[in-house]
Amino acid sequence: MTTTTVGAPTPQQPAADTAPRPRTKSWRSSIGLGVVALLSLLIFGLTTQAGSQTNFVIATNSDFVTLPSLTLPAKLAAVSFSIIALLLAGWTAYRANQYRKVGLWLPIVFGMAVMGALLTWAGAGRDNTTIQLTGLLTSALFLAVPLVFGALAGTLCERSGIINIAIEGQLLAGAFLAALVGSMAGNAYVGLIAAPIAGALVGLLLAIFATKYWVNQIVVGVVLNLLVVGLTSFFFSTVMTDNPDLNQALGLPRIDIPILSGIPVLGPVLFNQNLLVYIMYVVVIVLQIMLFRSRWGLRVRSVGEHPKAADTVGIKVNRTRIRNTVLGGAVAGLGGAFFTVASGLAFGKEMTAGKGYIALAAMILGRWNPKGALAAALLFGFADALRVQLGIIGSDIPSQFLAMTPYLATILAVAGLVGHARPPAAEGTPYKK
Amino acid sequence: MKLELRGITKKFGDFTANDAIDLVVEPGTIHALLGENGAGKSTLMNVLFGLYDADAGEILMDDDAVTFVGPGDAMAAGIGMVHQHFMLVPVFSVAENVMLGHEQVKGPAKLLDVGAARDKVRELSDRFGFDIDPDALVENLSVGAQQRVEIIKALSRDAEVLILDEPTAVLTPQETDELLEIVRQLRDSGTAVVLITHKLREVKAVADTITVIRRGKVVGTAEPSASQEELASLMVGRDVSMTVDKGAADPGEPVLRVENVTVVNEASGVTHVDDVSLEVRAGEILAVAGVQGNGQTELAEAILGLLPTAHGQIILDGNVLSGRSIRQNLDAGIGFVPEDRTEDGVVADFTVANNLILDLYDREPYSRRGAIDPQVVRTHAEEQVEKFDVRTTSTQALTGALSGGNQQKVVLARELARELKVLIASQPTRGLDVGSIEFVHKRIIEERDKGVAVIIVSSELDEVYALADRIAVMYHGKVVDIVAPDTDRDTLGLMMAGAHSKEEAA
Amino acid sequence: MSDTSVTEKPADPKDGPGDDRVRGVLRGILESSTLVVVMAVVASLAIGGLLVMFADEDVREAAVYFFSRPGDTFSAMGAALVSAYTAMFQGAVVNPSSETFVGFIRPFTQTLTMATPLIFAGLGLGIGFRAGLFNIGAQGQLLIGAALGAYIGFAWDLPWVLHLLVAVIGCAIGGAVWGFIPGFLKARTGAHEVIVTIMLNYIGLNLVAWLLTLEAFQRPGSNNPISPEVADAAQYPLILGSQFNLHLGFLLAIACAFGVWWLMERSTLGFEFRAAGSNPRAARTAGMSVAKSYIFVMVIAGALAGLAGSAQVLGTEKVLTTATAGSIGFDAITVALLGRSRPLGTVMAAILFGGLRAAGPTLQVQAGLPVDIVFVIQALIVLFIAAPPLVRSIFRLPAPANEKEVAA
Repeated sequence: MTTTTVGAPTPQQPAADTAPRPRTKSWRSSIGLGVVALLSLLIFGLTTQAGSQTNFVIATNSDFVTLPSLTLPAKLAAVSFSIIALLLAGWTAYRANQYRKVGLWLPIVFGMAVMGALLTWAGAGRDNTTIQLTGLLTSALFLAVPLVFGALAGTLCERSGIINIAIEGQLLAGAFLAALVGSMAGNAYVGLIAAPIAGALVGLLLAIFATKYWVNQIVVGVVLNLLVVGLTSFFFSTVMTDNPDLNQALGLPRIDIPILSGIPVLGPVLFNQNLLVYIMYVVVIVLQIMLFRSRWGLRVRSVGEHPKAADTVGIKVNRTRIRNTVLGGAVAGLGGAFFTVASGLAFGKEMTAGKGYIALAAMILGRWNPKGALAAALLFGFADALRVQLGIIGSDIPSQFLAMTPYLATILAVAGLVGHARPPAAEGTPYKK
Repeated sequence: MKLELRGITKKFGDFTANDAIDLVVEPGTIHALLGENGAGKSTLMNVLFGLYDADAGEILMDDDAVTFVGPGDAMAAGIGMVHQHFMLVPVFSVAENVMLGHEQVKGPAKLLDVGAARDKVRELSDRFGFDIDPDALVENLSVGAQQRVEIIKALSRDAEVLILDEPTAVLTPQETDELLEIVRQLRDSGTAVVLITHKLREVKAVADTITVIRRGKVVGTAEPSASQEELASLMVGRDVSMTVDKGAADPGEPVLRVENVTVVNEASGVTHVDDVSLEVRAGEILAVAGVQGNGQTELAEAILGLLPTAHGQIILDGNVLSGRSIRQNLDAGIGFVPEDRTEDGVVADFTVANNLILDLYDREPYSRRGAIDPQVVRTHAEEQVEKFDVRTTSTQALTGALSGGNQQKVVLARELARELKVLIASQPTRGLDVGSIEFVHKRIIEERDKGVAVIIVSSELDEVYALADRIAVMYHGKVVDIVAPDTDRDTLGLMMAGAHSKEEAA
Repeated sequence: MSDTSVTEKPADPKDGPGDDRVRGVLRGILESSTLVVVMAVVASLAIGGLLVMFADEDVREAAVYFFSRPGDTFSAMGAALVSAYTAMFQGAVVNPSSETFVGFIRPFTQTLTMATPLIFAGLGLGIGFRAGLFNIGAQGQLLIGAALGAYIGFAWDLPWVLHLLVAVIGCAIGGAVWGFIPGFLKARTGAHEVIVTIMLNYIGLNLVAWLLTLEAFQRPGSNNPISPEVADAAQYPLILGSQFNLHLGFLLAIACAFGVWWLMERSTLGFEFRAAGSNPRAARTAGMSVAKSYIFVMVIAGALAGLAGSAQVLGTEKVLTTATAGSIGFDAITVALLGRSRPLGTVMAAILFGGLRAAGPTLQVQAGLPVDIVFVIQALIVLFIAAPPLVRSIFRLPAPANEKEVAA
């Protein structure tokens, strides 16, 4: 019943040199996906009125090639999307029967299929409204930015064995300092430089309490979030309110990358964004390579999996953890700049509104991998963008239910219903000699 | 390289683990460090390896004083160590584990050169005939193979002094022989080997020099020609009888029957216990022998109900136990001493008194209608502490503060406080000092003489011989055979490696 | 103190016996965790003071010409501090400047009122911590409990006493249901309760936000996300008369504290909870059902969080909004930690933090300070408490002989 993480390998396999590879035959993923796909078929597929149509607009004016808007027979499309999802669930079951796992592509395609069914259903029969696909994707990517940075921060910390619940606080601190310093300098880019410093400070506190005083990392994380909320709100209500100059609405301009931004559909989505988004691409790629293929990454992961083994080969466990947690904090702090300077907004009390916790969820769904974190964050960003879009076209779905989807997906994931997540083995355990 | 330790002292609080220890290890020799569990051998080696700071004393290599701030320094100086609990990252490949800490990089991006590490593993593996796949994940390797990875890891760093900490604890007698052969090979190639152990036979088999440690002090040195009795009395500090006084068994009716039981790990699909049948009679001790990890632990846990059985039945006094809760099985008269007492036996931050009622707390007189009676609990604890000679400051002391031997006495006292029909004890004396071992063995034999059916799971052949009325040997989840206690050591060893006694012994 | 014990260490020969005893008592005080708590509070208030001075307009103005007239800066600092701490005292303890006795004593009753939901929720979280469960979900449990209790309060029509009783039970059931989910998932699938409870907080919040869009939860003729006021019969009666806000919920909270003490220290169920929390594997080997413990603990903790919701909707606020939970769920975590997860400690900690919250309006009005300073102080206190060595090093207190790891 209980899952305990064991630091040292437990000799439980039969004592043969070629012990059989432990085989996993888990039906949970396929059942979970199957239930979602069936629901999609029942709700989106079968309740869509036959004969109604859904209009999709997928082009913007800046494209080289102007694609026509797409009008789909709603019922057929929604049913098709749901059946694709069902087939994918079936594929998962087939693979599970062979003791094999499915790649990362599957949940992504699955998510797209269900989203497609949902969009078709929501837009069905509304002849005068269209689903703005490019706009939807652009805002999905944009809304995913803080989640990506937050999830990467979590990944960096947890891979070294420190649980980072303080992502929320790091985002908020980054947002605050970006606005403050950016306003003082009168330049949003300066704010962008200041943001990671704030996050790193929060990370440093977390690291010190976790490695030096061995305080439970979840406790420190939660309390640090409260501390940052209190501090930023306090300064917002005093210093910033007294001097509005210190809290201006600055914005980072969009930078259009020539040629690339002209690719149909994806071009404007990916390559007509502001600097923070481009930094995000770089950080994801660099971390993905560094974590799994560099000396640094190997050492970080060894510290998170089996710190004592790392120590015995001369790797400084606590130093590695502190560095990673500070670095993680800086990454989250940078993501915090999204809320203020990158969105062209002034700082507001508690403006991160729980995004740090969604980032934590993205990290788990992304299985402690930068690319997985990116995929999960994009999914959540999409759900958020969808909420806005459906609000615009006046859908019947209460926006609250869409807002719940990231949280529900995460619960399903940690309960093992959608893929099985295996956190770093030494996560949350202080290293003492 | 010559290694010398002078006056090493290491204290933990008020406890002196190492007291002014001197030791000289010459290159090209095997130096055995012999001592009981808790004598301070591992502490000394952790000091040498830079994992602990010594409070006093110095380390010399080729007559130069050196200081190690961490294991990195020790390795750079040419010291390698194979730890008792393997220091391998389970989710890494063999090559990744071997390169960890001194990785080679390539290319402008300075990415890991996995190829170089792979070649290194292959080269060393071939040189010693290890047959290790560099790309295998460590978590999928057997214990013996993991140990070889540890040796490769040390040698890949050009270790000139190799420390082996209790290396044979998890090996079959045959695997042990192979390891000792490797050790000799290393010595002959000029490596200085330090073998830490409490097993006299191994010491006599390979050591060139023997240093005996007792209670943190060097109490003497011996030649490999010394007799086992001499070494044992030096190690323990008094004459030890190598056997326990035990009268002949007077077995009664069969009490517990295990019929065709199979246990499969649901998560990994591995079969741990494969179609095992055996029975235990009242008033006899059945020892389940075998190398650790061959299904004995799982068999014991399945009898209690900690693990579900995939097939087969467990029958106690005519009642089928399978499918019932642990609680029901305890009530039916099973006593259970778990293999890992700190993990499964006691709650470290409960008081001794509370640990003594861990499976009695909701019975009268300890509680009534859901309310615990603290006075009864305390009185009970005081009686038990007295009866089982538990050395503790008070019954209200935290159990985690007790020594391993005293914690084991707490577990034993608790389990024997109920009316038992069957007692299952896994590795009942692992990690205990000789005094506690004798006490535990005596109590187990007393239970047998009271008519309890006893199952002992042990990977120590000495313990098996000391207690068993019959010996069941397990290998790869199956019972190879059940034999009489006078079966000789070689035959048992072969059975533990899977050979059927009747065919092989013939 | 233990009179005779076998392994008592011999006294240091350099000290006389009497000397040693005095020193022993002194050491005992200096090493005690109570002193650490007091010192943590002092240090946090001091840091809060720094913030107050930093934020003060007069201080900043005077600091501009600090080098020509440093005295101005210091006196401005002093003034800011005095006004802040005075406001805090007058808002949370007693108000000496009031002419009536009611006005004099009112702040303290206000503190107890504010402490009430914190006691409830903190008790529940404390049970969880001791049973090895990090329940971050009091926020959601409170809100769902409050929603159910409030609905019973405003939509049903029941006689006096019965209406209150049913509404209170409704709150507890709502919270218990929301606590059951993570407990069940943990027991069945091993899903980590920290993640599940965090996620359930947001699901609960969105659920209540959605409920408040329904006609059944809105005031007649209004579209605002605010419920009707609960019926008088379903409100906690005021126990000190209408001049004070202190309601029956406070006494219920104290009763719950006794109940929790008995549960954890004297009952077999509590014994199981503690064993499951300290060493689940040993608990299981000894025949306890750890899974059952997880579910029971979360249900009880959820019910207590739901009762915290009752203190809001049936006590002080009387209506349901999405802001009903405020930050009580998270504050309760700090309360349970500060109170070391023990009932008495939790009650004391809740009163301390209740006092800080009660002082909020006074701070705002009298000292012109935003209430957020209170959250800063609260978080600092808990950080300090969590790391006793840090507090000891700040105040140069001796370390105890065996510095124990902080479990919570």
